[in-house]
Amino acid sequence: MSTTSSSTSQDQSRAFHARIDDALHNDQMRTNFRRALTGIMAHRAKQFPDDAQLQALRDQARAVRANSLVRQPELLEQLERKLTENGIQVHWAENPQQANSIIRGILQAAGAKTVVKGKSMVSEETELNHDLEQHGIEVIESDLGEYIIQLAEEPPSHIVAPAIHKNRRDVAELFKRFHPEIPYTEDINELTNSAREILRHRFATADAGISGVNFAVAETGTLCLVENEGNGRLSTTAPRIHIAITGIEKVVEKLADVPPLLEILTKSATGQPITTYFNMISRPRQPGELDGPEAVHLVLLDNGRSRIRVDAELLDTLRCIRCGACINHCPVYVQLGGHAYGTVYPGPIGLALEPQRIGLDKVGTLTSACTMCGACGEVCPVRIPLPKLINRLRAEAVDGHPGQAGLPGHGSLRKSTEATTWKLWRLLYSRPGLYRLFAASATRLRALTPSKLGGWTRYRSTPKPAPRSLRELAKKEGFGND
Amino acid sequence: MTDARHNILERLRANRPATTPAPATYQKPLGWDREQRIASFVERMQAVRGEVHRIGDGDWMDWVNSELPSRGLRRVLVGRGDIGETVAGRHAAELDVRRYEEPIENWKDALFHDVDVAITGVRAGLAESGSLVLWPNPDEPRLMSLVPPAHVAVLSVDTLYENFAELVQAQNWAAGMPTNALLISGPSKTADIEQTLAYGIHGPKQLITLLVG
Ligand code: SF4
Repeated sequence: MSTTSSSTSQDQSRAFHARIDDALHNDQMRTNFRRALTGIMAHRAKQFPDDAQLQALRDQARAVRANSLVRQPELLEQLERKLTENGIQVHWAENPQQANSIIRGILQAAGAKTVVKGKSMVSEETELNHDLEQHGIEVIESDLGEYIIQLAEEPPSHIVAPAIHKNRRDVAELFKRFHPEIPYTEDINELTNSAREILRHRFATADAGISGVNFAVAETGTLCLVENEGNGRLSTTAPRIHIAITGIEKVVEKLADVPPLLEILTKSATGQPITTYFNMISRPRQPGELDGPEAVHLVLLDNGRSRIRVDAELLDTLRCIRCGACINHCPVYVQLGGHAYGTVYPGPIGLALEPQRIGLDKVGTLTSACTMCGACGEVCPVRIPLPKLINRLRAEAVDGHPGQAGLPGHGSLRKSTEATTWKLWRLLYSRPGLYRLFAASATRLRALTPSKLGGWTRYRSTPKPAPRSLRELAKKEGFGND
Repeated sequence: MTDARHNILERLRANRPATTPAPATYQKPLGWDREQRIASFVERMQAVRGEVHRIGDGDWMDWVNSELPSRGLRRVLVGRGDIGETVAGRHAAELDVRRYEEPIENWKDALFHDVDVAITGVRAGLAESGSLVLWPNPDEPRLMSLVPPAHVAVLSVDTLYENFAELVQAQNWAAGMPTNALLISGPSKTADIEQTLAYGIHGPKQLITLLVG
């Protein structure tokens, strides 16, 4: 192992723990998360009164996504062909730099100066707003949650509800700071109405709209967007250019695949039977049509996805439809909030996806933020075995045979002291005589146990061996060896 | 960026998972009759604060002419199709009716600021989720159901399908999609502040379905 990689892994671990420390000391934020997530979980549960139906729907959604991943290269080519026939221009990007420069190029060629944006987590991966702003293009996030965190200059803390960590007072303060002309209010309806008035003018005047994509249908060349607010529809309809950006895994085979995915997505994400808008875009404005963008572009971003195909188990990660249910049900996320993770995708899906996408050496310590409670795996609408994946990534991070599985950063978190400890333990445990000697001395010498055990005793009391081992006590009570 | 395309597809082909998962089995229709469809549509739509008015065999223009003025929705936008013809020919004197007949660039500002309500037709309705299905076209463009603060949609009971899956199959959508197809289930809403629902964030604040037949 090289010194650079070991110092990177120590750095990532130290930085992660510092963020955890901050998060755990922010009581207000934890209250905000607890309240919001409790509500979302209850809404979701109400959507699935019949467990048999839920399981059938999960099977169906899992199969749709799994099939599309198996045939992904062919489906992407078909999608490109269909979209092109329909008049939508397709671009491919291997990494964030390429994606941003494609989008910037389109905007600059069209002389676009202002952009309204619908919610897109993929654009967070590429830090698109930052790139465009550096090049003098103004970007306005138009989803209410995204708008709030754009004012606060923060990244989203949740993939579905980006401003979930803010309460109404935080929002009121932000509006006061940036829009002093609007009377101060902490009323949620009034705040919402203010946002409507502020952003309306932006939709009417923006040169271009940028959006994400929930499903891209290869069969018909159709981009599907799921939303409640109408900002996604406005961003994709009112300006003269629409640029959609998505990860390459979002392609599905046929239109018939869409209804079951849509149903389980909205029910799992926010506990709604359906969202207010489901927007299916297949063409730019046609001759005779009076509105809609004259040019529509799709940017297909890889950014580490195509290598998450080492084997069938890891590939499961890419079935994700970004509903956020695993995040909502995660006992670690509810304590930490989204920012502590330090990655674009937080929570269980972040733990499974980010180390594969970015490398175990860079973000592998994330996998420690898991209690193995299994809740995420139970709610995932496409049956991604999240706990199993997280466990496997933990093992790969400390494995002593580097490079074996081809995961970036494989074995990079292995610590020689830990490895030696486990080797000793194996030796002890596999030799009964040695083990008895160890147990006898540990119990007899319990007074010598150190009272401080590093990180372990920071939040816990020191463990002490019992005066007598269970085996000895059992023997004394007359139980046999079995 | 042809290199990017080539590299991505190559990587995907090189790492092809060995297993082929079972094909998805699609759920069977619920077998609802007409009354069940109507009841479910109305219930779902009302649950998300959509208004529904059963017109039956009556004349939906009566509703338009009596209700819109009393709600202060006087500046009315219609398209060039049948619905637009009807409204333009028979509207009450208090209503100021405008046709959407020019490209949006020529009157964007007026659309965003000087229209109270748009009236459109609907391609179909979905009973299970309480959704309106629109395929906007040159006669009834996309922004009609989005920009004005209120949207009145005229839906025929005969076009109520059980759910999205049934509709896509029955109308064979796979054979050809329009420029834009939409499912609309209620007025625009958000829960981005404290997970508390607030209506009318960017799209219409009121969605009114006139259920005819
Ligand atoms: S992993 Fe599953 S539960 Fe988590 S966001 Fe993705 S689809 Fe939803």
